[in-house]
Amino acid sequence: MTRSYDEERLGELLRLLRPAPEGWVRAAQELPFARLTLDEIVARAEADLEFRAALIADLEATLARAGYEPDLRVVSELKKRYAES
Amino acid sequence: MTTPSTLSDEELVQRCRAGDPDAWGELVERYSRYVYAICVKGFRLSEEDAEDVFQDVFARVFTRLDTLRDAAALRPWIAQLTRRRCLDAISGGGKEQSTAEIATAEATDMEEIDEAFAVREAVATLSDACRDILDRFFAQDQSYRTISEELGLPSGTIASRIARCLRKLRDELEGRNEAPEGSRRER
Repeated sequence: MTRSYDEERLGELLRLLRPAPEGWVRAAQELPFARLTLDEIVARAEADLEFRAALIADLEATLARAGYEPDLRVVSELKKRYAES
Repeated sequence: MTTPSTLSDEELVQRCRAGDPDAWGELVERYSRYVYAICVKGFRLSEEDAEDVFQDVFARVFTRLDTLRDAAALRPWIAQLTRRRCLDAISGGGKEQSTAEIATAEATDMEEIDEAFAVREAVATLSDACRDILDRFFAQDQSYRTISEELGLPSGTIASRIARCLRKLRDELEGRNEAPEGSRRER
């Protein structure tokens, strides 16, 4: 299909794709790192029953004691995994 | 504004699948405005709902990238994931609009958003200076004065630069009308 564009139309289309808030983009870009952290915590919990029990008892405090930065996605995923343990 | 890479979507997907975090960062950068536009322009979600959908869409793309059969079909796949999550957000929020009303309004907007995405891909082929000034003026709503101050350009030249870059963009787009589908990211 052949389309022609005048300046006004190009301006309208350029205005349509505005930048998403920087924090949203950064959080999405950090997903691989959150995944690595999650995998590390899960592996440790599988190898260390005491650590696993502590996670189930008080997730946030255990993560803080173990030196993990509070990442909402990681915490949320761990809660899902260990809530019914 | 970051410099867009020359990788095709297919190459980008392959690198993400291989675990390259830089490629993932580029994928998010390439599609963040698109997903955002579907949320706030296509479905008129609130910023709060849009943020939830935005994060969830990229989380799904990240975890399900291996299930995408045709890596070149990344854009329609992301569009579909985003539309579904937007509809979930609307139905979960108890909005009174009917699904048919939403679908009609959204279909029109999606055509425009897809066209805007194609225009943005064409912008990526322009010079750094053109990409920057067009983005500042149109997508970031910066005034001539702000652009002039931030780029150190005489304010009287901003309008003519924008007009010149728009002409280049139009030439690029009209040159693509006859171009084969696979050649869009070639320089």
